[in-house]
Amino acid sequence: MSYMRKPKIVHPGLKKNALGLTRRDYEGAMSTLCAGCGHDSITAGIIQACFELSVEPHRVAKVSGIGCSSKTPAYFLSASHGFNAVHGRMPAVATGANAANPDLYYIGVSGDGDSLSIGLGQFCHAMRRNLDMLYIIENNGVYGLTKGQFSASADVGTKAKKGETNEQPPIDPVLTALALGSTFVARSFSGDKEQLVPLIKAGLKHKGFALIDVLSPCVTFNDHEDSTKSYAFTRQHYHPALEADFVQPADEIMADYDAGAAIEIDLHDGSRIMLRKTAPDYDAQNRGLAFAYIKDKLRLGEYLTGLLFVDEDGRDMHAVNQTVSQPLNSLDWDAVCPGSSAMPGILSRYS
Amino acid sequence: MKPTDTSNPDYFHRVVDCQWACPAHTDVPEYIRLIAQGRLTDAYMVNRESNVFPGILGRVCDRPCEPACRRGRVEDKPVAICRLKRVAADLKRDFKDRLPIIPAAKNGKRVACIGAGPASLTVANDLMPLGYEVTVFEALRSPGGLMRANIPAFRLPAEVLDNEIGVIVGMGVDLRLGHRVDSLAGMLAEGWDAIFVGSGAPHGKDLKLPGRDECAANIHIGIDWLGSVAFEHIDKIGERVLIIGVGNTAMDCCRSSLRLGATEVKVMARKPRDFFKASEWELEDAEEENVEIIVNHSPTEFVMEGGRLAGMRFEMMEYELDDAGGIVSQRVTGERVIPCDDVVLAIGQENAFPWIERDLGVEFDKWDVPVVDSATFQSTRPEVFFGGDSAFGPKNIIWAVEHGHQAAVSIHKHCHGQSVEERLPVTMNLSSRKMGIHEWSYKNDYNPAERRLMPHVSLAERFKKLNVEVELGFTAEQADAEVQRCLNCDIQTVFTDHLCIECDACIDICPTDCLTIIRNAPEDELRQRLKAPADNPDQQLFVSGPLKHTSRVMVKDENLCVHCGLCAERCPTAAWDMQKTHFDFPYATDEDEACRSRKLRSA
Repeated sequence: MSYMRKPKIVHPGLKKNALGLTRRDYEGAMSTLCAGCGHDSITAGIIQACFELSVEPHRVAKVSGIGCSSKTPAYFLSASHGFNAVHGRMPAVATGANAANPDLYYIGVSGDGDSLSIGLGQFCHAMRRNLDMLYIIENNGVYGLTKGQFSASADVGTKAKKGETNEQPPIDPVLTALALGSTFVARSFSGDKEQLVPLIKAGLKHKGFALIDVLSPCVTFNDHEDSTKSYAFTRQHYHPALEADFVQPADEIMADYDAGAAIEIDLHDGSRIMLRKTAPDYDAQNRGLAFAYIKDKLRLGEYLTGLLFVDEDGRDMHAVNQTVSQPLNSLDWDAVCPGSSAMPGILSRYS
Repeated sequence: MKPTDTSNPDYFHRVVDCQWACPAHTDVPEYIRLIAQGRLTDAYMVNRESNVFPGILGRVCDRPCEPACRRGRVEDKPVAICRLKRVAADLKRDFKDRLPIIPAAKNGKRVACIGAGPASLTVANDLMPLGYEVTVFEALRSPGGLMRANIPAFRLPAEVLDNEIGVIVGMGVDLRLGHRVDSLAGMLAEGWDAIFVGSGAPHGKDLKLPGRDECAANIHIGIDWLGSVAFEHIDKIGERVLIIGVGNTAMDCCRSSLRLGATEVKVMARKPRDFFKASEWELEDAEEENVEIIVNHSPTEFVMEGGRLAGMRFEMMEYELDDAGGIVSQRVTGERVIPCDDVVLAIGQENAFPWIERDLGVEFDKWDVPVVDSATFQSTRPEVFFGGDSAFGPKNIIWAVEHGHQAAVSIHKHCHGQSVEERLPVTMNLSSRKMGIHEWSYKNDYNPAERRLMPHVSLAERFKKLNVEVELGFTAEQADAEVQRCLNCDIQTVFTDHLCIECDACIDICPTDCLTIIRNAPEDELRQRLKAPADNPDQQLFVSGPLKHTSRVMVKDENLCVHCGLCAERCPTAAWDMQKTHFDFPYATDEDEACRSRKLRSA
């Protein structure tokens, strides 16, 4: 960690977004993570994405559990709401918050321990409910905060810093999410912001549960030669399957797409995702084919990255439960609590 | 772009904007740090090594360092470098024991310096420790050249001059005051081993307009008039004074007039303010004293009434400017007479050598300026050297000092039968400032303090006497705050490409977006594609070799780096390090074997 403060001084030519804010206005406190931690790059990606989307910081709720990853909401969007939950219980808190106020952007930051070990059940149910949130797993394959034990995402055959080999098969969050019906599934790498930032933007705008599994090397405990989650190994083995460009409603499509090579996906709020295939036989809108393809590649030791599956037609938690569309805090007290006179009417629904 | 060759001292030297801009390469960040540590005598000595006259320059330097200062780009106002120099000079302790030892046994070489200005004095300062016998000839009755005669005492007190010149004279210089050299042939006949001409540019330009001769009694040439004021030949002037010209000499003339009884002083400029030659701070100081600066007035005639000067006639001008601020066209919109009692002409000066015979082998060019080598300061006659304003026309003190240093090197080589062209290179040392995890041996916390303002003597007080120094100098609190504004540009960001794992930590943390990892491209293209566009072409790009994972390159735009060290602090592999540069600029003593070995032993 660093003890220095980041100077308030900014580049005089720093761009401003539609709200008149600079990227620096989306920063948080100084990171206390190890120098070179992939998580800090993801933090920078979230800052960049929120800046580019001109998100009002007070319209964001940051939620997290426990772990190195779960510390990071302190390092971005210092003007946003935040809740640091019990280990693995962030999805429950996010579900409650979203139930009460669907109008906010929910950014959940979790790790492979928080989501795939202690919090696996919570993680699964949030996807099953299609909770409208962006859920980022900062995946480094080890428990960094407790000095580098293998986590549930550690690959078979990878070695710990002190030499022991992992024998247990990993839980892959992307395959899990596809199996459980998640409507937006992506994988990326902390060292590739050109890919990561558009994914974060698309995930924020996606109506429903958006999972981004971000390979994020642990520079202290899992960046050695025999690791399968080091910077060097990840760079050699990650393969962008699709390049996703995020296009806001007001923007014209500037990039030059080859005819037939780009798939346009309209999002709920009028923005669009332009998918460009780099793997010709991949179909990001077919859950079954996507699952098989990713699994095949994993068997070959290749991490497929990009926006791997998207389904804009899924119904989120509020739609399924037919809940009120307004935030509870904007309703009159009488509407939230109609009093005992309304009780017979409610009970009669169950008769 | 090719990978940057940081082993060439010029690269890192340019990063230290102030030191690069200073003709004498004063190690500004180093002396500011020493002031911050309370080591004022050390700070003074760092200054003295390169600029010889810190007390004088701390008051009246032209300060090329300040417009260059990175702080002025990152924020608005540069560090008050010049004011801090004065702090060290005013508060230093005795430093006699740190001056070079002057050998009792001389080396048998005799050098004559003509004129006792900053250039000649620097030559003497550099050659005396080598055992030379240096004689300085000065026409006036006290040494200092233009520093004495043309800079008024209310800006540069006589004691400051006396002290710093005294140190050099005290080395055993034979100073011949009141001795005007009127023939170079005569000097050459005396058999000097080398002659250094440092006689300045003493010829003030005249303005030949109708009425000039008739009104001569009330029309003064600026630099001559300032000299007469300095030597107390003149002690009054009329109530209404017009100064023609808006250079720094004009500012000294108008402010001196106010101290000699003038009550209404106007500085007349032919062009708009953007074209003024005077330094911004000198203009401000004059305006603070209620001098009126009138633009767009072109003089046409001295108006005489009743046998004496009564005013001056001007054409009122109008200029059309292009987008770059250049004058496209001009026209006269009318004319007016401004009444006055005296006129002071401050429209420039030039060097004049009526005392140099033209058949000695010292060549003059078509403008009647001596032909002088810009690196060695040697004339076309090998034993004659020029420096200061006499070499290339009017510049300023700090340039004269640098000329003196270089001429001293040449004189030394010439006197020992060596080629003056073969000179020692500038060398550079880099040493890491990392002391441990999160510990750096320099203060890297960015301090948002604003530039401190120089306190001045009250208007009423300052006009009572001609020599009341207007600027009081920084208080301890001001100095303490101002030193923290320095960005430590000499603590360089040094990158080792084979260590980089491309984790982006430095890029994410950099407060001013200096860094980018990117596919290499030609410079023009790179400048546009960086994280923040590098749109200051005067500032360099650092480009690393290919990085080992992706073959991309690390690019740093030096323009706005605040040297906070966060890139190095956040780098997991120490690919970035903060290393202090120390540049060694060779002086005459470095060319001398005996002096060099003494210096190495003491280092």
